[in-house]
Amino acid sequence: MFRLLMNAGLSLSLRRLFDEVGTVDCVGIEERVAKYTTRSLKKAAKLWGLRTAVSMVDLTTLEGKDTPGKVASLCAKALHPSDDPTVPQVAAVCVYPAMVRHARRALGSDTAVRIASVATAFPSGQAPLKTRLAEVRAAVADGADEIDMVINRGAFLAGDLAEVSDEIAAVVQTCGQATLKVILEVSELESYDNIRAASFLAMRVIRPGDFIKTSTGKTSLNATLGNNQVMLEAIRDHYLDTGVAISMKPAGGIRTAKQALQFLIAVKETLGDAWLTNERYRFGASSLLNDLLRQIEKERTGAYQAPYYFSEAAESY
Amino acid sequence: MSRLPITKTPKVYVGGAFIRSESSRVFPLADAAGNFFANIPQCTRKDLRNAVEAAAKAGPGWAKRTAYNRGQILYRLGEMLEARASELGDALRLGGASKAAAAKEVTASVDRLIYYAGWADKYEQVLGNVNPVAAPYFNFTVTEPMGIVGVIAPDEAPLLALLSLVVPAITSGNTVVALASSAQPYPAIVLGELLATSDLPGSVVNLLTGFRKELVPTFATHTHLRAISAVANADERKALALGAADSVKRTRLLKAEVRTDWFADAAQSLYAIRDYVEFKTIWHPIGA
Repeated sequence: MFRLLMNAGLSLSLRRLFDEVGTVDCVGIEERVAKYTTRSLKKAAKLWGLRTAVSMVDLTTLEGKDTPGKVASLCAKALHPSDDPTVPQVAAVCVYPAMVRHARRALGSDTAVRIASVATAFPSGQAPLKTRLAEVRAAVADGADEIDMVINRGAFLAGDLAEVSDEIAAVVQTCGQATLKVILEVSELESYDNIRAASFLAMRVIRPGDFIKTSTGKTSLNATLGNNQVMLEAIRDHYLDTGVAISMKPAGGIRTAKQALQFLIAVKETLGDAWLTNERYRFGASSLLNDLLRQIEKERTGAYQAPYYFSEAAESY
Repeated sequence: MSRLPITKTPKVYVGGAFIRSESSRVFPLADAAGNFFANIPQCTRKDLRNAVEAAAKAGPGWAKRTAYNRGQILYRLGEMLEARASELGDALRLGGASKAAAAKEVTASVDRLIYYAGWADKYEQVLGNVNPVAAPYFNFTVTEPMGIVGVIAPDEAPLLALLSLVVPAITSGNTVVALASSAQPYPAIVLGELLATSDLPGSVVNLLTGFRKELVPTFATHTHLRAISAVANADERKALALGAADSVKRTRLLKAEVRTDWFADAAQSLYAIRDYVEFKTIWHPIGA
C-alpha cells in the first residue's frame, strides 16, 4: 500500500527502471547497517582498518576561501600524513578545478597521491552542459587524475533518465584517461529506491574502475551507512550481472575513525576483500584523516590523544 | 491497595545527559546497615574518553561566558543545593554519616559554591597584573583557563571534597571530568541531577562513578586533560605523575594518607583557582 502511494507520483520511466533493477527493502537496510555498528574491532585488525582507511582518504578542501597556500599545505599532509612510517599516504587530494594546477605544483608529477577535482558546476550541477564539459576539460588539462561530477538531479526526479545518462556519458568521454566519480547527491534523491535506480543509471555508462559517490558534502544529509549500503548492494548486483567492478566513494559527514571502520565493515561484508583497496573504495573527507591519525597514535602509545596534536584548528579547546 | 516500590536507577551525568556506563557494568552499593541500595554505573576508560570529548566541546562556550555570568551560575548551583539539602543529606547518610554530620556537609558544600561564585569576577583583579616596563608599553598579565581538568575525589566528605576540587577549576572557565568516590558514589549521582537543573551548561562538569584502579591510569595518560587534581595514595600519585610527565599536564595531588580537613577555611582558596589557569603576558604600545 505504502509503495503504491509512494510511487503514485512517479514518472513512467522511473517506474520502469525500478521494475528493471528492483527496489530496496528500507527497513531491511536499516536493520542490516545497524548491525555494522556492533562489530568489535580490536588491536591488529583495528590498526589494519585504520591504516587502510588512511590509504582510502580523498583529502578534501572545497571552500570558497581556498587559497593556493591552503591547497599546498593540504598536499603536504596528503604526501606525509604522519611521522609514523607505518602510516600510508592518502589516496588523493580533492579540490576545485581552479586549484588543480596549484595541487599539481605542490605534489609534483611523480607521486602516488592523485588529484581529484570536482567539476560540472559542483555542487548544484545547474549549468549548461557545454559549460560543465568545459570545466571537466580544463581540470583534466591542468593535471587532474580524477573528476568528481554531479548528476542532473532535476532531470532524474523529473523522469528524464535518458538525459541523465547521456550527460554522464558525455562527461566520461570528456574525461579521457581520468577516472570518473559520479556524485548521486543522495540527500536530494529522496528515497533508497531512487538511490539504487540512480546508481544503476550511472553504472551502465561509466567504465570499470570508475566510481559512484554518495554526496557533495554540501547538503544537510550526507553519506550514511544506509545509503552507502544501498549503493554497495547496487554495485554487487551490477557486478554479478555484468562482471564489471565499479568503485564506491562515500563523502560528507564521515568525521571519526569509528565511522570509517563501520563503513569498511560494510564493504567487507557486502562486497568482500576485493573492494578493500583505494582503487575500489574511497572516503571523501576533510577532518577524518586527523581522527584516523589520532586513533593510530592511540593504538601505538596506549594513551588517548588530544585533537590539537593533529593539525586541528588552533582554537580547539 | 499496595503499591510496587519505584526505585531510582542511578545514572552518571556526562555530556549533559544521564547515562549508563558504555560497558553496561554496574557495582552494588549498600547502605550503612549493609542492605543493598542500588547498582551504580561502573564507568570505564571509554566512558572517560567520551566525557573528555564532551568536555572539550563545551569548553570554548563556557570559557567565553563573562566572569560575572559564571559567578551567577555557580551561585545558582548553590541555590539548587540549598533547596535539595534534605535529599543530599539522605545521600550522605547512606555512607553512615549522622544526620547532623550530613547536614553540616551539605551546608559547607553550599558555602563553598558561594565562596567561589564570589571569586568568579574577582580573581582576575588579584591574579592578573599591570607590569612596570622600561619602554612605552602597557604590559599586562592576564589569566586564561587551561582546558579540561581531571578530578579524582577522595572517599571522605564525598560531596564537599568533590565540589572543593571541581568548583575552583570551573570558576575560571575550565571544564571538568571527575571521578567520584568509589565507596560513596551516591552523593555525586544526586549532584549530577542538581547540575542538570542549574544553569551550568551541559558537559562543563562530567561526573563518573567507578573504580579508581580502572580509571586512574587513563586519567594519567590522557593527553587531552590539561591538569589533574586528585586525592591519591602513593601508588596512584606515582602513576599520575608519570603519566602527567609524558603528556605534559599540571598536577595538584593531595596525599590520601594525610587527612584533609575539607571543612576548614584552608580548603577553599584563591590559589585553588590559580592552579588551573595559564598566565598570558601582553605588550601593548602606549602610542604617542
